[in-house]
Amino acid sequence: MKTVVIGVIGADVHAVGNKIIEHVLTEHGFNVVNIGVLSSQEDFINAAIETNAGAILVSSLYGHGEIDCKYMRENCQEAGLNHVKLYVGGNIVVGKQDFKEVETRFKKMGFDRVYPPGTNIEDAVKHLREDLGE
Amino acid sequence: MGAHLLVDFGSTYTKITAVDIDKECIIGTSKAMTTVKTNVLEGLDLALEKLKVSYPDMPEITGVSACSSAAGGLKMAAIGLVEELTVEAAKRACLGAGALVNYVFSHHLSRKEIKQLRNADIDIILLAGGTDGGNKECILHNAKKLRDANLGIPIIVAGNKDAADEIEEMFEDSGQEFYIVDNVMPKLKKLQVKEAKEVIRQIFITKIIEAKGIKKAEEKTGEIIMPTPEAVLLAAELLAKGHEDEEGFGEIMVIDIGGATTDVHTIGEGFPKRSEVILKGLQEPFAKRTVEGDLGMRYSANALLSLVSPYEFKQYYEYDSDIESAARKRHENVDYLPDTAEELAFDKALARICCDYSMSRHVGHVEVVYTPLGNMYYQTGKDLSDINYVIGTGGVLINNEDAKEILKEVNKKSNKKLELRPTDPKILIDRRYILSAMGLLGQKYPKLALKLMKEHLV
Ligand code: B12
Repeated sequence: MKTVVIGVIGADVHAVGNKIIEHVLTEHGFNVVNIGVLSSQEDFINAAIETNAGAILVSSLYGHGEIDCKYMRENCQEAGLNHVKLYVGGNIVVGKQDFKEVETRFKKMGFDRVYPPGTNIEDAVKHLREDLGE
Repeated sequence: MGAHLLVDFGSTYTKITAVDIDKECIIGTSKAMTTVKTNVLEGLDLALEKLKVSYPDMPEITGVSACSSAAGGLKMAAIGLVEELTVEAAKRACLGAGALVNYVFSHHLSRKEIKQLRNADIDIILLAGGTDGGNKECILHNAKKLRDANLGIPIIVAGNKDAADEIEEMFEDSGQEFYIVDNVMPKLKKLQVKEAKEVIRQIFITKIIEAKGIKKAEEKTGEIIMPTPEAVLLAAELLAKGHEDEEGFGEIMVIDIGGATTDVHTIGEGFPKRSEVILKGLQEPFAKRTVEGDLGMRYSANALLSLVSPYEFKQYYEYDSDIESAARKRHENVDYLPDTAEELAFDKALARICCDYSMSRHVGHVEVVYTPLGNMYYQTGKDLSDINYVIGTGGVLINNEDAKEILKEVNKKSNKKLELRPTDPKILIDRRYILSAMGLLGQKYPKLALKLMKEHLV
């Protein structure tokens, strides 16, 4: 069973989407480690190390996603998590911005998959299967 | 039924407490020098003789239970993967079993760390790492390192169960003593230390006690022997929870300020008290013990002084004498007894600082998150603001006239607002020094132990 870590980063308390993601991924046979809202990069990374997760799915809803996610890839590398896939979704930037640009910015920061607002979790399931193997 | 004898084999003294089971009262207590090097039974016999002199019509002794803090107690190394997670879980298992955690290592053990372990004076190694189904590469690496090092120290493996079989195979033919128990952190942030604690106690009884000559006493006592701090923790748990129709005190805290360490025990969930507070971090044990190796009245006096600024120390101490030499004197002469008002005041200052600092480290903390909707809070650790009772025990506090004033240091402080400290709890002192004895008695006669604690903690 593939393990994934999910949670909402930074000082963000939007809890509803997080619960839905947990539910959907569990339904699809993933071992979901949910660290919940108000999670720091360190919380995500520590959880991924102990549980040997294949991917970290970061949610950010409140607009500060870009600041909260800064150096996350570097911090993963520092912690020895070179193989782990990084996904991010929710409302990851302030207001309505051109998503292509947002995606490029986050990819440059080292995220493997970047999702626009209102993404269907099934899309992420498909990508997880591609990235982690069955 | 007669008298039940409760024995504490310490490194300098053997202390005994005799309880009349029928009359439900404490007959008396006494102590004598421990002679671990020769024969501990001598100390026990001597203490018993003394007791019989003071209480000639003592009923016949029909049962004996013992605990021990001899040779500095049980010393352990805790090894895990991530510092805040499995390393912390391993540490809590050790502390909860009444051990001192002298060495703590995270991630892959290095040669240097193995060397440190080889030179260390420790009794047991607890090896954790990975949730069940999680990382096993690290614990396998560490297990192999430990096997190859062949340290001659019992190893308890309490990590990712997926690695258990491989580790068992690794150790099977090595001739080393090892135990495989439940993972101390089976799921992220879930603490599961019961089995690890049981095995620690078992090793303590069979090996350490034996090696230190107390085994002979066990034949005579014929009862479970556990580390003294565990007996204190069990007493506190009983006192908090109550037994059958004898009600307990609810959430309580026990503080023992010693020469080398300050121990804090709390019994209580410590969950957040308000809905806008979100709990973070590793699950807390219901009965939690922390031990501060740099907070103590004698051996650790120097270490303590290096934690506080001279300005801060002056808040506790009004004399103008040389603080550093006063601390050094205590560090070098651990049996030192103060004789002047100035020296007494110095001891009191040390005790208050031990109490204050150990509290800061034991209690949970909140962090504020500012949102446009108002403040939200993270809580790590236990919220102990509703603790009902704080109980002082240990030589320093029970003999000190100012014990209650010293223990007031546990309270909420205006300059430490984010610490979830008690709010004006009732303070009791274990004047007759019976807590560890009651922890032992409670194994057999919980109701009586509870009643006696309620009577004698004042
Ligand atoms: C309910 C809500 C709140 C509640 C949250 C209650 C709670 N504890 O959950 C409260 C009132 C507390 C709140 C507060 C705030 N909120 Co608000 N909130 C909302 C609201 C109305 C709904 C959120 C929700 O639950 N949606 C339903 C769930 C199911 O959807 P979701 O969260 O988007 O998650 C789904 C997808 O995004 C996706 N997804 C999410 N993460 C990821 C990750 C990956 C990898 C993938 C693949 C997919 C994925 O899957 C999820 C499940 O389907 C939204 C507006 C909206 N309609 O979205 C604003 C909204 C998110 N909030 C907003 C803001 C600004 C705030 C506040 C800063 C201040 C304010 N103006 O009220 C504070 C911030 C508080 C804080 N510190 O976090 C903005 C964010 C704007 C931005 N990003 O630029 C929004 C978009 C409203 C807006 N249009 O202005 N909020």
